Amino acid sequence: MSATTERTARRVLDALRRDPLAVGGTVVLVLLVVVGVAGPWLAPAGVNDVDVDQMLRPPSGAHPFGTDELGRDVLSRVLVAARVSLQVGAVSVGIALVAGVTLGLLAGYYRGWLDSVLMRAMDVLFAFPVLLLAVAIVAVLGPGLLTAMVAIGVVYTPIFARITRAGVLSVREQVFVRAAVSIGASDLRIMRRHVLPNIAAPLIVQTSLSLAFAILSEAALSFLGLGIQPPAPAWGRMLFDGRGFVTDAWWLGVFPGAAIFLTVLAFNLVGDALRDVLDPRQLTLAEARRSTP
Amino acid sequence: MTAADVVAELDDLAVHFPTRAGVVRAVDGVTLAVRRGETLGLVGESGSGKSTAGLALLRLVDPTSGRVRVAGADVTRWSRRRLRGMRRHVAMVFQDPQASLDPRRTVGDSIAEPLTVHRLAASAAARRARVAELLDLVGLRAETADRHPHELSGGQRQRVGVARALAGEPDLIVLDEPIASLDLSVQAQIMNLLRHLQRDLGLTYLFIAHDLAAVEHMSDRIAVMYLGRIVETGPPERIYRQPAHPYTAALLSAVPVADPRVERERRRIVLTGDIPSPVDPPGGCRFRTRCPRARDECARTDPALAEVGPDHRAACLFPLDGEPDRDGGPAREDVPAA
Repeated sequence: MSATTERTARRVLDALRRDPLAVGGTVVLVLLVVVGVAGPWLAPAGVNDVDVDQMLRPPSGAHPFGTDELGRDVLSRVLVAARVSLQVGAVSVGIALVAGVTLGLLAGYYRGWLDSVLMRAMDVLFAFPVLLLAVAIVAVLGPGLLTAMVAIGVVYTPIFARITRAGVLSVREQVFVRAAVSIGASDLRIMRRHVLPNIAAPLIVQTSLSLAFAILSEAALSFLGLGIQPPAPAWGRMLFDGRGFVTDAWWLGVFPGAAIFLTVLAFNLVGDALRDVLDPRQLTLAEARRSTP
Repeated sequence: MTAADVVAELDDLAVHFPTRAGVVRAVDGVTLAVRRGETLGLVGESGSGKSTAGLALLRLVDPTSGRVRVAGADVTRWSRRRLRGMRRHVAMVFQDPQASLDPRRTVGDSIAEPLTVHRLAASAAARRARVAELLDLVGLRAETADRHPHELSGGQRQRVGVARALAGEPDLIVLDEPIASLDLSVQAQIMNLLRHLQRDLGLTYLFIAHDLAAVEHMSDRIAVMYLGRIVETGPPERIYRQPAHPYTAALLSAVPVADPRVERERRRIVLTGDIPSPVDPPGGCRFRTRCPRARDECARTDPALAEVGPDHRAACLFPLDGEPDRDGGPAREDVPAA
């Protein structure tokens, strides 16, 4: 890509390096990706190796995270489930990003009735509680991994559409867009070459934040039994299955819960750090405190 | 003057914008023809509609009524898609070169855009060669193509803007106050560049400016706009020495004279008040509310452009016919001196 992109990338990396929280978040994310890719090989046992002699054993040398009610190794299940979580996050946010950016571009660029129709539709989607909407979509399409990803993608589309539209509305008034029109550039070319690159920063930030919420949503759907179907491991599903043993076998809930917590926290830390660098108009809390007398 | 000599024209054009305050009559009945090879200076205060008239020539604003003709074709009702082909024939240089260049794209990308859009280069290599040639034309080095706008000075940026306008070899270049946002020292350089390019390439300019001084040495003809209308048009030697419209005279008297002795002695016409709102222009002559010579009739009759000399027309019921008096403006008793 161009020199501007390279320079921006370097600036972002420099800024992230100086922020210890962002470094921590990045390290966790890198580990998570490694686990997501290599989970099945890292896992000490098979995810569905039932061992009735080893049911509900607390953490030990043989089973560092203990075993569940079927004697399956919790560590192995947590490691393997990372892939599903990342996959759901990536695919659902990918759906939301593509759909939201497309709708937001059309609405913001053409305005008029198209804008009204698209954005009112987004408002309707936005008005539903996230989980309720996802449950409704799953109820229509039937439970499963693909449905969960589509449902979460639909749920997060309005936020991308809104961010994109807001950016387009300000960029399309810029003289360089009028200059491109005066040259004879097509609408598609103007949107792709001039508008989109100039609104990329807030979209990147929103993507990293949405990844966290998408993973959380998947856990919630799986907890409700509407996401990944057993016996495939998913963090939310593991929480659900362990809820009956909370008092006797804390490890069934704590380890998958900690995995969700760490993942979401890492995405949020990186997202916040990216926002500070790429979207300087939005003050961080620390800066806001400093600027108030 | 035959029709073939006209590269672009506005015919009784009106551009009205609906706003919350009412309909803004930005351009309200303007007829203007740009002839091949000339520089037409279009002068007026902010709010006079001069920029809107320029944008209308590129169909960057939608006309409310009247006609826009480019290269002989009536493009008034052309669709956006159809206009894209026409856009090669009319190029524009914008006032603020910083704002008119995409900050995320290199100078080379920006200059090459007309070549890409209109498929004027056979290959990427041909495009690069043409960009280098264009950069050379505007006095920039070929390496500038890899720079970004923020790495350049204001003058260099405007040179890039000019190079982009030249890329499609247009019949007409609309210069919308191309030097107004530049440092004084750079303004002369850009003016010289524009003049040399016109001489070498036989370009046609519509030069939009907010004061007469900017276009004096450049224009073959001048048109003065006030509140959406052309109030006077003619060759510069007439406009500058014998302005017929009181508004032109007032604009002229605002141009400082380099000789301090003359500057001290000369009488200046100071217009009172602001330009009236284009939402509700005065009835009759639009200039009467600020005209030092306004009489009762001016409120009743809306004067049309009428011949006052060779190729010289003014829209005034009582045109000035005083002696040539460049330094003090037309000296008349009913013109209050400041």
